[in-house]
Amino acid sequence: MIAFNKYYNHFNLLSSILIIVSLLLLIFKGLNFGIDFKGGTLIELRASDSKINVSSLRDRFNQMDLGDVSVKKFGNDTDFLVKFENKDNKKNVIEEIKTNLDKSFGNNYDFRRVENVGPKVSAELLKSGVIAISLSLALMLIYIWIRFEWQFSLGAILALFHDVIVTLGVFSLFSLEINLSIIAAVLTIVGYSMNDTVVIFDRVRENLRKYSDIKIFELTNISINETLSRTIITSATTLLALLAIYFFGGEILKGFSLAMILGVVFGTYSSIYIANTVLVRLSVSQKTVLREDDQK
Amino acid sequence: MLYFSKLRILFITFFSVLFILIASSNLFKFDDNYFDKKINLGLDLQGGSYLLLEIDNEPVIEQKLQNLTTTIRNYFKEKNIKINNIKIDNQNIFFNVIDKDKQSVLDVFQDEDSDLNPYYPRFKSHQLEIEDTGLNLKVNFSRQGLIKLKTSSQDQAIEIVRRRVDEVGTNEPNILKRGNNRILVELPGLDDPMRIKSLLGKTANLTFRFVTNDENDRFGVEKLKFENGLEEATVSKRIIISGENLLDAQPRMDTQANQTIVSFSLDRVGAKRFGKATSTGIGKQLAIVLDGKIISAPVVRDTIASGSGQISGGFTFQTATDLALLLRSGALPAPLEIIEERTVGPDLGQDSINAGMIALAIGFMLVIIFMFLKYKIFGLITNVTLIVNLFILLGILTLFEATLTLPGIAGIILTVGMAVDANVLIFERIKEELKDETNNILAFDGGYTKSRTAILDANITTLLAAIILFFMGSGPVKGFAVTLGVGIFTTLFSVYFIARLFTSIYVSRNKDKEKLI
Repeated sequence: MIAFNKYYNHFNLLSSILIIVSLLLLIFKGLNFGIDFKGGTLIELRASDSKINVSSLRDRFNQMDLGDVSVKKFGNDTDFLVKFENKDNKKNVIEEIKTNLDKSFGNNYDFRRVENVGPKVSAELLKSGVIAISLSLALMLIYIWIRFEWQFSLGAILALFHDVIVTLGVFSLFSLEINLSIIAAVLTIVGYSMNDTVVIFDRVRENLRKYSDIKIFELTNISINETLSRTIITSATTLLALLAIYFFGGEILKGFSLAMILGVVFGTYSSIYIANTVLVRLSVSQKTVLREDDQK
Repeated sequence: MLYFSKLRILFITFFSVLFILIASSNLFKFDDNYFDKKINLGLDLQGGSYLLLEIDNEPVIEQKLQNLTTTIRNYFKEKNIKINNIKIDNQNIFFNVIDKDKQSVLDVFQDEDSDLNPYYPRFKSHQLEIEDTGLNLKVNFSRQGLIKLKTSSQDQAIEIVRRRVDEVGTNEPNILKRGNNRILVELPGLDDPMRIKSLLGKTANLTFRFVTNDENDRFGVEKLKFENGLEEATVSKRIIISGENLLDAQPRMDTQANQTIVSFSLDRVGAKRFGKATSTGIGKQLAIVLDGKIISAPVVRDTIASGSGQISGGFTFQTATDLALLLRSGALPAPLEIIEERTVGPDLGQDSINAGMIALAIGFMLVIIFMFLKYKIFGLITNVTLIVNLFILLGILTLFEATLTLPGIAGIILTVGMAVDANVLIFERIKEELKDETNNILAFDGGYTKSRTAILDANITTLLAAIILFFMGSGPVKGFAVTLGVGIFTTLFSVYFIARLFTSIYVSRNKDKEKLI
C-alpha cells in the first residue's frame, strides 16, 4: 500500500500555490483568446513556392494596412496561419488580400481555411462559453450534492475548480490559444475529473460504512489504494487516446488534445490530493454517512 | 448470475449485427432503396462555407414609421381631426392635436378593434404604443410590434437569400433562421464563397427615376453618386418603376454596341407606367438606381410601350449575370451583414478526415494492446466489446444522420479511451472480491454488482458535460458533444450486455480456475 496520506499537507500546499499562481497569471497576464472570442480574421494558407515564408508573408501583410498581423508556421513548412483583428470589420478584406498576394506570389498559394468572426458574435461566443462552464460546474455540484453528503460535494467541487483553473493557468503561462474547442475540452475535463473523484468517493463511503474504527486519514488512503489500479489504467487508456489525437490528429486538434491531456493529469492528481484531503480536513466519519442514511 | 437466456443472447446478437451493418453502410455502396442513411460530414470535414447573416432592421423601422406618418395623417383627416407638427425622432413619431381631440385620438390607438393599430390578442399587445407627453403625443412600436416586424422581415429576407443561393446553384445549401434577426447559410463543398458573399451583401433595391435640375421637384430630390463614384446627379424621389415591377431579367450581349447588357421585362402595371413616363419624358435622362447608386442614366429617345428594356452600364459578363440574378430574385427587405464566416477548403477537409482516422486507428491500437497486456483473456473480451461499441456508435450516428465533425472524431477517440473504464472498474472489483472469495462465480457476480454505482455515477457526470456542450456549443463543438454523449450509452450497452455475455461464458467454463483474472 502506498502512503498517499503522508503527503497530504505537502500537496495541499503545492495545490494552493498552483491555484494562486494560476489566478495571478489569469488576472495579470490574461488568456490568449483566439478570433472566436476576440473577433477578427484567420487565414490558413498553404504555399507551393519556397519563396513564400513567414517573413515574406509578414512583409506582404504589413503593407496591407490591416493593423496587427500575426503570421506563424502551422504544422509543416508550407502551411501558415495568418491572424489579424480586422478592427474596421472591412467587408471584402479576403478578396483584397487575395488580389494583393496574387501580385507578389502569383497563384503559388492557396487559402485552406478562412474564418471571420465579427465583434458581436465573438462577444456572444465568449458569453456562452463562460455560461457553459459555470453551468456544468453548477450541475456537477447539484448532482454530487444529491448523491453524496455535503462534505463530499465540497471536496469534488474544489477539485474541479483546481483542474479548470490550473489548466487555464498553463494556457495563460504559455500563451496558448483559447478557442471554442478549448471550451469543449474544459467541459470534458470537468466531466472526467468528476468521474475520477466520484469513483474514489464511492469507495470512501463504502469503507466508512464498513469500518467504524478507522480514522478518515487512514480510510481515504485505503480507498485510494483500492481504486488505484483502476485510476491508473483508465488514465493511461484515456491518455493513450489523447496522445494519438495530439500527435496524429492534425494541427486543428492540437490545442484541444493538449488541454485534455493536462486536464486528465490534473484531474487524476486532484481526485487523490484535493478531494480526499477535504474529507480529512472536515473530519468526515462514519456518523456523516450514517446520519445521511437515516434521513433517507 | 451467469445465465443468459436464449432470447437475451439473440437480442444482443441481433442488435450488434444490425448496427455493424448500418455502420458499414457508410463504407460500401448499398442499394439506396433499402437504406440511404449516411453520416453527414460537417463543413470542417467536407469543406464548405458557413455564413451567419444579420439583418439590419433600422432602415425597415425608419421606412415603416415614415409610412405611418402619412397613414396617421390621412386616417384622422377623415375623422376631421387635424394632425399638426408630425415628425420622427429616434424611432418615435411625435405630433400635436388640439386638446378636445386628444381623447378620441388616444381611444383610436387603444381600441382593440382599431384598424390603424392592430391588436395581437395572443400577446395582449397593440402594434403601436401611444403616450401623452404633455407637450405632444408620442407613438412608437411596442415590444410585440417590433418582434412582429423583425420576424416578418426575417421571413422575407430568408426567402430572397434562398432564391439567390439557389440561382448560384450550390449543392444542398442549408438556410436556417437564427433568433429573429439572423440567417444561417451553410454551403457544403463551396471553397470560395466570394461570389455568394457579394450577392448576399446587396439589397438589390432597383428604381428608375428621372434626373432633374429642378430643386423644387414636387416629390423632393436627392443627389446620388454613379457606380464609379466619380460623377453625381440630382435625381427626383418620384419612382417610375421599381424592382417589384420586374418579371424577368437576363444578361445579354448587345452586338451593335458590343457590350454586355441586362435586358428586363415588366409586369402590366410596370409596362404601363414605363410607357407613360417614356412618352412624356423624351429627351430627359432616366436614372437607373441600384442601392442608392446610379448604374447609368440614359436619355429617353423613344416611348417604350413594349414593357421590356435594357440596362447598360459597362458590365462584364459576370457583373451582368449577377445583376440579372439579383433583379430576378428580388430586393431584400433590409441590408444583411455577414457577422461570422468560416470557410474550409475541400483538401483541408480531406486532410482532417485522414488525420482523424489515423489518430483513431492509432489510439484504438494503443488502447487494445494496453488492455490485452494488462488483462489477457479479459482484455481480449474488452477489446472485442470496444470494437462492437465503436460500430454501434457509428451505427447510431448513421441512423440519426448525425453530423460528424473533426471534434466529433476526437469525441469518438476519447470514447474509446474512456469506454474501457467501466470494464476496468468491474475487473478490478472482481480481483478484489477474489481475495476473500474462493468461488469464482460469486466473486464475478460481486464484481459486477458492487461496481455498478461507481460506473453509473461516472457516466452520468460525463453525460451532464456532454448535454451542456450540446446546447451551448456551436457547429463543430456540437459534433463533439453528440459523439461523446451517444458514446456513453453505447459503452454502457456494450459493457453490460456484450462484455458481460462473453465474460459469463468464460467464467462458467473456468469455474475452478485459480487466478481468474
